[in-house]
Amino acid sequence: MEHTVVSASKFNAWFGDNHVVKDVSIGIEKNQVIAVMGPSGCGKTTFLRCINRMHELIPGATAKGSLKLYDDEVYTMNPIYVRYKIGMVFQRPNPFPNLSIYDNVVAGYKLNGLKMAKADMDNIVEKSLTSAALWKEVKDSLHKKGTFLSGGQQQRLCIARAIAMEPEVILFDEPTSALDPISTSSVEQLFHELKEKYTLIIVTHNMQQAARVSDKTAFFYLGELVEFDDTKQMFTAPADVRTQNYITGRFS
Amino acid sequence: MKNKRLDLSYSQMKWETIFRRILIFMSIVLVLIVIGILITLIMESMPSIKSLGIGYLWGKVWDPVSNIYGAYPFLIGTLLTSFIALIISIPFSYAVSIYLGEYNPKGWLSNLLKNTIELIAAVPSIIYGFWGLFVLVPIIRTFEAKIGVAPYGIGIFTSSLILAVMIIPYAASLGITLIRMVPSPLKEGAYALGATRFEVIRSVIMPFTRSGLFAGVLLSLGRALGETMAVTMLIGNTSTLAHTFKDLIFGPSNTMASVIANEFTEADHTVYLSALIELGLVLFFVTVVINLIGKRIITRFTNN
Repeated sequence: MEHTVVSASKFNAWFGDNHVVKDVSIGIEKNQVIAVMGPSGCGKTTFLRCINRMHELIPGATAKGSLKLYDDEVYTMNPIYVRYKIGMVFQRPNPFPNLSIYDNVVAGYKLNGLKMAKADMDNIVEKSLTSAALWKEVKDSLHKKGTFLSGGQQQRLCIARAIAMEPEVILFDEPTSALDPISTSSVEQLFHELKEKYTLIIVTHNMQQAARVSDKTAFFYLGELVEFDDTKQMFTAPADVRTQNYITGRFS
Repeated sequence: MKNKRLDLSYSQMKWETIFRRILIFMSIVLVLIVIGILITLIMESMPSIKSLGIGYLWGKVWDPVSNIYGAYPFLIGTLLTSFIALIISIPFSYAVSIYLGEYNPKGWLSNLLKNTIELIAAVPSIIYGFWGLFVLVPIIRTFEAKIGVAPYGIGIFTSSLILAVMIIPYAASLGITLIRMVPSPLKEGAYALGATRFEVIRSVIMPFTRSGLFAGVLLSLGRALGETMAVTMLIGNTSTLAHTFKDLIFGPSNTMASVIANEFTEADHTVYLSALIELGLVLFFVTVVINLIGKRIITRFTNN
């Protein structure tokens, strides 16, 4: 039995008067990789940022409609709790420059002032870095600053930081667009392993990436969710003409 | 057709050279003026340095009538007023920096507040002196009567209060700029981990801007050390040090700058005048060093 983790129904978002996400309804199932694609300005990143309520941090940003994590309305929950449950990885690697690799991984706990035993913390650090395929590379330099790592390593550190909080869902906002091809492929490799435990929602500009890594793909156009289907289906026989035009490169 | 732009005439070439030389000359003149001031201070201090020696710095008595000159009371007066002013101003400049840098960085209200705060630095110091005399001194006098010290109204504490207001814009203006410069991906990274706004300020913004904010405080300190007019009007101008700490803080005193301003016209013989100039020399060194350290930190901060 598959279980719906994140679901939206008639969900809308605005920046001031600018209606950027229009009546989006979607159901995302557990342990899947969902790619969200569409041309620039189509609302895909905004939708992603609504899921963990990062959207509202921007002055003038508003949202309306139903968005659920399991059976709970995200917009009536405490946003802090929502962000514990729904982790996020950004476009550019953003490890905290003043913290060591170790402290970056447990930053979520430290920021919130949660105390725990050293052994538990060591355990979380090792487990998270292992899951992010970074443990072997950094285990001898855990107390160096995170910013000494390469771009790809930094991005995996940010993934480890998100995993450390044991979220249900991890959101990725164009996670490889600032990385070189080798780092990109190592992060993509990681998606396959991460979906064993988590549900991944990945916004991407890169159609090949969507095709490579995702189980299902959502296509956004002008703020609307045009099509949401199995990735294979979408890339071979899209139901909507707009999806077809996008995939065949008629607009970008 | 011949391209005229490529055919630089002799007079054009000559003008290039002259123009560059004018710029260099102007810049060098400024440096020379500073060096000249320093040389004058040292030369004019020589009689005092020769006759009083290094003991001048910690001599506790300043008595021009008996020809005894000790700078210690003024060193203490200067350092106390400046540091008390600094301590009072820091919470304000940090609060303003965080509010206008992070909570309200855009819009007309933010700009109005920022401009008003920067205007504090533009108000002539004599106006602060007046305002202090007419408004602050009576209030402090009532306060002093209540806590059981001699109700002078003027003194180190009053001067520090006015100084605190005067130096806030130096640290605040830099602080606002630096906090606005904190990259938003960094803040979002913390928000995405469930941090509250306070936690983001404490764990992301503060570590990121710490050294820059400190440099701003040093710049304020440099300003406080040298401030003359407002302090001279409010400090009480007494050259003897009070014996108890309470009397020292709430009683009249003197700073290096205020002694120079008060006594310069009365200095009627060489050593007296020279002793005053040596005070200026000491003040010059202290403020230059403080400013250099502050600038150094800012440069290092902005290069990272």
